[in-house]
Amino acid sequence: MKVSRIIAVALAVAVLAGCAKKKEEAAGEAAPSSSAAPAYGDAFVEGSIGDVSGFLTAVTGDSASHTAAGYVFNGLVRYDKNLKLEGELAESWEVSPDGRKITFHLRKGVTWHDGKPFTSEDVMFTYRKMIDPKTPTAYAEDFKQVTRASAPDSWTFIVEYEKPFAPALASWGMHVLPKHLLEKYPDISRSPLNKHPVGTGPFRFLEWKTGEKTVFEVNPDYFEGRPYLSRVITRVIPDPATMFLELKSGGLDMMGLTPLQFTRQTETEKFRKSFNKYRYLSFGYTYLGFRLDHPLFRDKRVRQAFAHATHKQEIIEGVLFGLGKEATGPYKPGTWAYNPDVKKYPYDPERAKSLLAEAGWKDADGDGIREKEGRKFAFTVLTNAGNESRAKTAAILQQNLAAVGIRMEIRTLEWSAFINEFVDKRKFDAVILGWSISQDPDQYDIWSSKKTGPKEFNFVGFADAEVDRLLEEGRRTFDIEKRKKAYFRIQEILAEEQPYVFLYYPDSLPAVQKRIRGIEPAPAGISYNFIKWYVPKGERKYTSFQP
Amino acid sequence: MLRYIVRRLLQTIPLLIGISLISFLVIHAAPGGPVEMSTDLNPKATAEYRQRLAEYYGLDKPLHVQYVQWLGRMATLDFGQSFSRDGRQVSEKIAERIPVTLGINVLSLGLIILVAVPVGIYSAVRKDSWFDRISTVTVFTGYAVPAFWLALLLMILFGVRLGWLPISGLVSLEHESLPFAGKVWDRARHLVLPVFVSAFTGLAGFSRYMRSNMLEVIRQDYIASAKAKGLPERKVVFRHALRNALLPVITILGLSVPGLLGGSVIFESIFAIPGLGQLFYQGVMARDYPLVMGSLVIGAFLTLLGNLLADVGYALADPRIKTG
Repeated sequence: MKVSRIIAVALAVAVLAGCAKKKEEAAGEAAPSSSAAPAYGDAFVEGSIGDVSGFLTAVTGDSASHTAAGYVFNGLVRYDKNLKLEGELAESWEVSPDGRKITFHLRKGVTWHDGKPFTSEDVMFTYRKMIDPKTPTAYAEDFKQVTRASAPDSWTFIVEYEKPFAPALASWGMHVLPKHLLEKYPDISRSPLNKHPVGTGPFRFLEWKTGEKTVFEVNPDYFEGRPYLSRVITRVIPDPATMFLELKSGGLDMMGLTPLQFTRQTETEKFRKSFNKYRYLSFGYTYLGFRLDHPLFRDKRVRQAFAHATHKQEIIEGVLFGLGKEATGPYKPGTWAYNPDVKKYPYDPERAKSLLAEAGWKDADGDGIREKEGRKFAFTVLTNAGNESRAKTAAILQQNLAAVGIRMEIRTLEWSAFINEFVDKRKFDAVILGWSISQDPDQYDIWSSKKTGPKEFNFVGFADAEVDRLLEEGRRTFDIEKRKKAYFRIQEILAEEQPYVFLYYPDSLPAVQKRIRGIEPAPAGISYNFIKWYVPKGERKYTSFQP
Repeated sequence: MLRYIVRRLLQTIPLLIGISLISFLVIHAAPGGPVEMSTDLNPKATAEYRQRLAEYYGLDKPLHVQYVQWLGRMATLDFGQSFSRDGRQVSEKIAERIPVTLGINVLSLGLIILVAVPVGIYSAVRKDSWFDRISTVTVFTGYAVPAFWLALLLMILFGVRLGWLPISGLVSLEHESLPFAGKVWDRARHLVLPVFVSAFTGLAGFSRYMRSNMLEVIRQDYIASAKAKGLPERKVVFRHALRNALLPVITILGLSVPGLLGGSVIFESIFAIPGLGQLFYQGVMARDYPLVMGSLVIGAFLTLLGNLLADVGYALADPRIKTG
């Protein structure tokens, strides 16, 4: 699954989230007139490249499964449309003054889809399953930090930590599982619930036809109010070209477009008549990462020269048709952790040349490639095959670098060979890869000098004592101002050191059928208010699914 | 005859074991295993978790032990449990996909024969005629054109531009609410493009083979003598020549089974058809070893079965072949 090739984001609510920037073609979104008033009914059909592998998010890792589970389950907390944590199954919570204890006050009157009441017992059960070695979950680590968990009454759940751990709060967005249906299964991934989920969410599971589709029907008793749409159908369409044709022919109601589709293939009268297109920054960035103990890249000035030599705007134009933003660091612009005032590296080949010369790299023999102590400045950048935008980025970068006297070869590799044989074994000079940006700014795993071991994620080998300290500081307090200070400083250091050349943040480009109303783009993207999406009565398409 | 079939069936067992051993080694030699596939670049997945997952899948044991265990389960026809998180039985997963793939392949093979045999006969009998030339160009076009490209073009034309046919899938979303006749019609509409693409791209082999066989046969002395006797051409062609010309085609039919299953991977992905090809492809991408092995064994078995049926058919059609 290509999607999991960037950090898998733990929370299903993160899927499709993004920062609202601009909405194109708002024509269909005029103020609701009487004919366009919210009405119950109709179905929403989306496409997915991959099939669901199971519905219990604790044990699945792919985005198709997390999206599907998001319709059926809820967590205690979630990110709201402005990317702030808010209560979901928890009405509210308190963090003790020393930051070591979190008390969740649960919503009353919530019922599971089978009618049984939801209580703190279920939360306790979920917590126990998360730390149970028999549960094959990748998300155990966050829950193992808990030193004590208790449920003093049916509506209160308290967790204590040895040290304050800020990312812990978001970890309680993990879907809460129904104790009464799961307690007899030692391994929840092998329980029938993984194939036939029962949750508390806005939609109930109806059907999973493997390899074909999953179908959910509205939960009229949903605690946040009944969703307007009667059904959600996710069709498995493995080929992206087919998916686009399905969208155009009306077989799908929503799809994330590629920049090419967005700019060239949907600018027709016909498409405009039936679809609204949206554009906002996605949660992710693409970068050029150096192996920092490589003799070519040890010198900071060389890395800075790379940043100056890279024509980021040209890359965005060439690769994304302009649908993206120059990246300056590992956080998303517009989020609270993002520091807009870090050192910038405008495209400046002359400055790059003088930095390289300063570092001792000069082209003495006049062959167009710089050398130092008899060694030519030539290296190979690796990226994964099948990702067209990374391959194109590499090609533009190659030109940019040739202009300042650096020869870069490009090698594309099959994904798992790339990761297992080259990245994990540190057999690379530089890589072009991407990370997705999680809503919590804790990036300990990527930048801490303690995370450079095999299969860990600081594979470039970045080590900076101040960053290590700040990373620790940032995750040990719940005080947003203090955290902000720590992450701002980290970004300054990263900008100075350039362990990566941060290239670009691509845009998310969803197109949604015009009969679907109620979409309000926000920093979190568009899907945060899915239960408020509706189809006016006169525009219903799927009439056999009655409300 | 029965003894022959039984003996041939028994001969497939060592073949199947050989095939499975090679498949096992190849899939394990591919970089990355199921653990890496589900945890690569996921910072939440700790080393401890990866270790636990490897134990969970039984991947911590040496390779030969894993193979012997797998073989032992196969002996009792237990395909094992899929590594996918739905944790379903491989046999169950394959069983629900096989009817789709076989159904489409049988349809397209039927269509191929229905078209290729008459085209082959006619172009042989009227060699170098306009019909012969046009049909030659047409079938070779089908042979040369990439199936996925043709599929996309037809989808654009019939699905998007004209809106006559659905683009992908096997049934429409409101299939359940249709009356019986509507259901049949719905399914038929969905099958038109995949079956056509699969048949059109596979037409060349059969029709050309049919043509060259026919050409060879009508050059034989007994055809000349049949004609000399004054038999009408129709009788000469259909009664005397056709039966002999069809014999080798039966062999080709048997041998084409693996090709059809292999081709399924591509067009099932393009047309979003939940068949065996798609299942197998996803299994390979996720390094779902039990599923991949299961599909390969089934594929190998079907291939060997196809060969066997061809041989039996051959023996039935040609009394000169001894089967004792």
